[in-house]
Amino acid sequence: MIKLRPSAALSVIFNVLAFSASAPAETINAAGATFPAVIYQKWFQEFRKVHSDVQINYQAIGSGAGIQQLTQGTVIFGASDVPMTNDQMAKISKFKVLHFPSVLGAVVPTYNIEGLKTPLNLSAQSLAGIYLGAIGKWNDASLKKDNPGVNLPDMEITVVHRAEASGTTFVWTDYLSKVSPEWKSKVGPGSASVNWPKGLGGKGNEGVAGTVKQTPGAIGYIELTYAVQNKMEYGAVKNSTGKFVLADFDSVTEAAASTAKAMPEDFRVSITNAPGPKAYPISTFTWLLIPAKFDNATKKNAVVEFLKWMLTDGQKFAAGLNYAPLPKPVVDKEEKQIGLIQ
Amino acid sequence: MGRTKRRNFVNNVMLALTGVCTFITVAILFLILGFLVWNGFRSLDWNFFTKLPLSPGETGGGLANAIVGSGITILIAVIIGIPVGFLGGIYLAEFGGKTFPMFVRYTADLLNGVPSIVIGIFAWTVIVVPMHTFSAWAGGFALSLMMIPIGLRSTEHFLRSVPNSLREGSLALGATKTRTIMTVVVPAARQGILTGLILGVARIAGETAPLLFTSLNNQYWSEKLTEPTATLPVMIYKLAISPYDDWHRQAWAAGLVLLGLVLIANIAARWVLSRGASVQRG
Amino acid sequence: MGTAVIAAPPQPAARSFVKRLQEGDKAAHLITLIFAASVFLVTVFLVYELWIHSSPSRAKFGFSFLFTKTWDPNAEQFGALPFIYGTVLTSLLALLISVPLAVGAAIFLSELAPPKLSNTCTFLVELLAAVPSVIYGLLAIFTLVPLMRQYIEPFLKKTLGFLPLFQGAPYGFGYLTAGVILSIMTFPFIISISRESLLAVPREQREAALALGATKWESTWQVVVPYARLGIIGSIFLALARALGETMAVTMVIGNDPGIHTSLLAPGYTIAAIIANEFTEATGEVYPAALVELGLVLFLITIILNASAQLLIVATTKKGSKQD
Repeated sequence: MIKLRPSAALSVIFNVLAFSASAPAETINAAGATFPAVIYQKWFQEFRKVHSDVQINYQAIGSGAGIQQLTQGTVIFGASDVPMTNDQMAKISKFKVLHFPSVLGAVVPTYNIEGLKTPLNLSAQSLAGIYLGAIGKWNDASLKKDNPGVNLPDMEITVVHRAEASGTTFVWTDYLSKVSPEWKSKVGPGSASVNWPKGLGGKGNEGVAGTVKQTPGAIGYIELTYAVQNKMEYGAVKNSTGKFVLADFDSVTEAAASTAKAMPEDFRVSITNAPGPKAYPISTFTWLLIPAKFDNATKKNAVVEFLKWMLTDGQKFAAGLNYAPLPKPVVDKEEKQIGLIQ
Repeated sequence: MGRTKRRNFVNNVMLALTGVCTFITVAILFLILGFLVWNGFRSLDWNFFTKLPLSPGETGGGLANAIVGSGITILIAVIIGIPVGFLGGIYLAEFGGKTFPMFVRYTADLLNGVPSIVIGIFAWTVIVVPMHTFSAWAGGFALSLMMIPIGLRSTEHFLRSVPNSLREGSLALGATKTRTIMTVVVPAARQGILTGLILGVARIAGETAPLLFTSLNNQYWSEKLTEPTATLPVMIYKLAISPYDDWHRQAWAAGLVLLGLVLIANIAARWVLSRGASVQRG
Repeated sequence: MGTAVIAAPPQPAARSFVKRLQEGDKAAHLITLIFAASVFLVTVFLVYELWIHSSPSRAKFGFSFLFTKTWDPNAEQFGALPFIYGTVLTSLLALLISVPLAVGAAIFLSELAPPKLSNTCTFLVELLAAVPSVIYGLLAIFTLVPLMRQYIEPFLKKTLGFLPLFQGAPYGFGYLTAGVILSIMTFPFIISISRESLLAVPREQREAALALGATKWESTWQVVVPYARLGIIGSIFLALARALGETMAVTMVIGNDPGIHTSLLAPGYTIAAIIANEFTEATGEVYPAALVELGLVLFLITIILNASAQLLIVATTKKGSKQD
């Protein structure tokens, strides 16, 4: 019986090899954030249609893992929603790391409560309270205050967070620490790895979404697209001007607007709690971590081609997948940075 | 009289309880298999076997690359593991002295007891990092480490169970030791040896942990063995913890396929062994 | 089965041929030796690699690693205690559930069931042993977790909620769920080996007890089972060793929380699960070393258990043959 599997596999292998012999593809391995994984997978698929000789295999294993694998040299480039720190970049001796913002996205608080007709209004204090364990039930007074007239159930809140080092966690905690002094003092500033006071750990944005979707009374933080694609409810968050804003194309674009013109040279910037009446406060850029120097010319050309495509054609896919395209000034600056890649 | 009655009562109750225990354990097996078959069967379609995974949210993808990838990593494991297990077993049974075989047996048992995730760590440090890439080689190597102890010990065991009279007869006729082993002893033990090897493959077919950071995963066909490759167990894990209903559907289908292969391998191993038992003569 | 002689009896001209054949023996000896030695070498190398790669963590924390509660990658403070706790707790829970059921089933299958039923059931149960961990995890997420969350955990809370063991929200994910799925995974080992041990008990023992007027149960429980107890205990150790090393099924249902909680309903973490989740992202020197050190700890625990199990099982079979 074992003889059957290997030989069946062999024949398929030969077929595949024969097939691909006609179109030898350069495989580029990349790994990193799950936050943009939905659009990245779409991009790499679409890019392959245009450049059939380039196959970018992207594994969404988390921002922290993307940075580590880039450091170890097991992937050609990485992806992260949290910019690399100077220390992290210093650990890579072979090359300098260039940050390329790829797309804009939003981290939304998603929850699993039956019978709600409208999105919940969630302030930073509520979210911090929930994640700190101070607010234990959905019908807590502070939640009721922000949601008058909503029938909040007498149910325990099951907190879901990320199990591994996550850029999405960074954005979430960065926002919480900016607006909740209690969060900042008890847990600390924004970070990819957090000592969570309570809750279940999900693996990747998908794992958190999957757990929340399955667990009545749960709350989690995920990228907007995961909530929309899975028809999950998500709340409106109080922004810097005091209004409760739902994440969408406009609110995320507005969050990036003020930074767009003042983008630092290395593109490492946080846009949480951005100014603007319609801005969604938990918006973020997400970055591709590209080496400034490549050993292999074919791979370098492939990556450069992809970056150019991403900044032009790629951006058109953003809206349809619940992300937002990069502001024009940022795109222009990035196109200049491409020239730095050797 | 009362005491006997009580003892008989206890007797009946306890014996009935053991029957209940058996029923519970066997029922759980049926429930598991039944649930998996029910969900998996509904989810199997032609796409599953022929298409590649699509990006999240799109339906109609399949796990063709994972099926092939599993086949490839298992094949690598078998290519490494079978010679080591088989030839090493021959050494232990036929050639070895006293002390060195003891060390080999001890370390084989040790290797057998290594948690699968630790095997993954070892394969990572020894193959992935120096090669600077995740690869099917690394995954296959990790899996081979898990199948070697089974193959080694069972080969030795079944070779030893071949009566010495067969060996002596062959040597008396003038055959060399090597010839004796190859043409007399091994064929006599072949059912048992084959069983051990099949069981080894069945064991590694479903392993996930050693593959997590060795072969990683791949959206596409892996064109070279030095690339990351998709495998069924890793895909099942990723699909199961995701929120997408379509991915759950694919996880059930993959689970059914994987379980089916593992069970078929196990049943085949037993069948081979049972045939061998009747062939053994004194 | 034997083949005809290859060479004629040694003659002066053929002596070199025979010599070459005997050298062929030496070659075969050498080749098989090399393969056997490779097993030895690879295992030694594995232990060596684990030792070397965990040294930054061992140097920094020493033995206190085993007793520290904190797991903080940012501050580079690592402690194994929550994971040792989770690993041991879930495995013990697994045994607590499976040992009575499995030994009971083994008794039924060896003493009471007609041979055909016994063989069929044993065959089916042994097939359970072949089910991969990730498939148990898949089933657990969609069947066991909702079952625990909606029915079993609330029930336990209502009836036993005064105990700190059953307090807190019923997540469905947690130590208890992990323990239950692990118990299912250990059934086949305990049933199969215990049944073998019980079947190996000489008939005379049972007959002697029955002749003295014992009921079947008394004969079984007071004579046969104690006689086979070493093998049964050995099977339990083996099952424990398997449960400790389980990765996928556990990480899919335990909730992934690196803390120590008294409640069985709370989420936790095991050594294997945290290595699986965090290994690819462990940056720096100490972080990956701490994970490797965790792997080393787990390895040591399973070595000890497996060795004890082997001794016990061997002792049973020896005893069985001695008594005849």
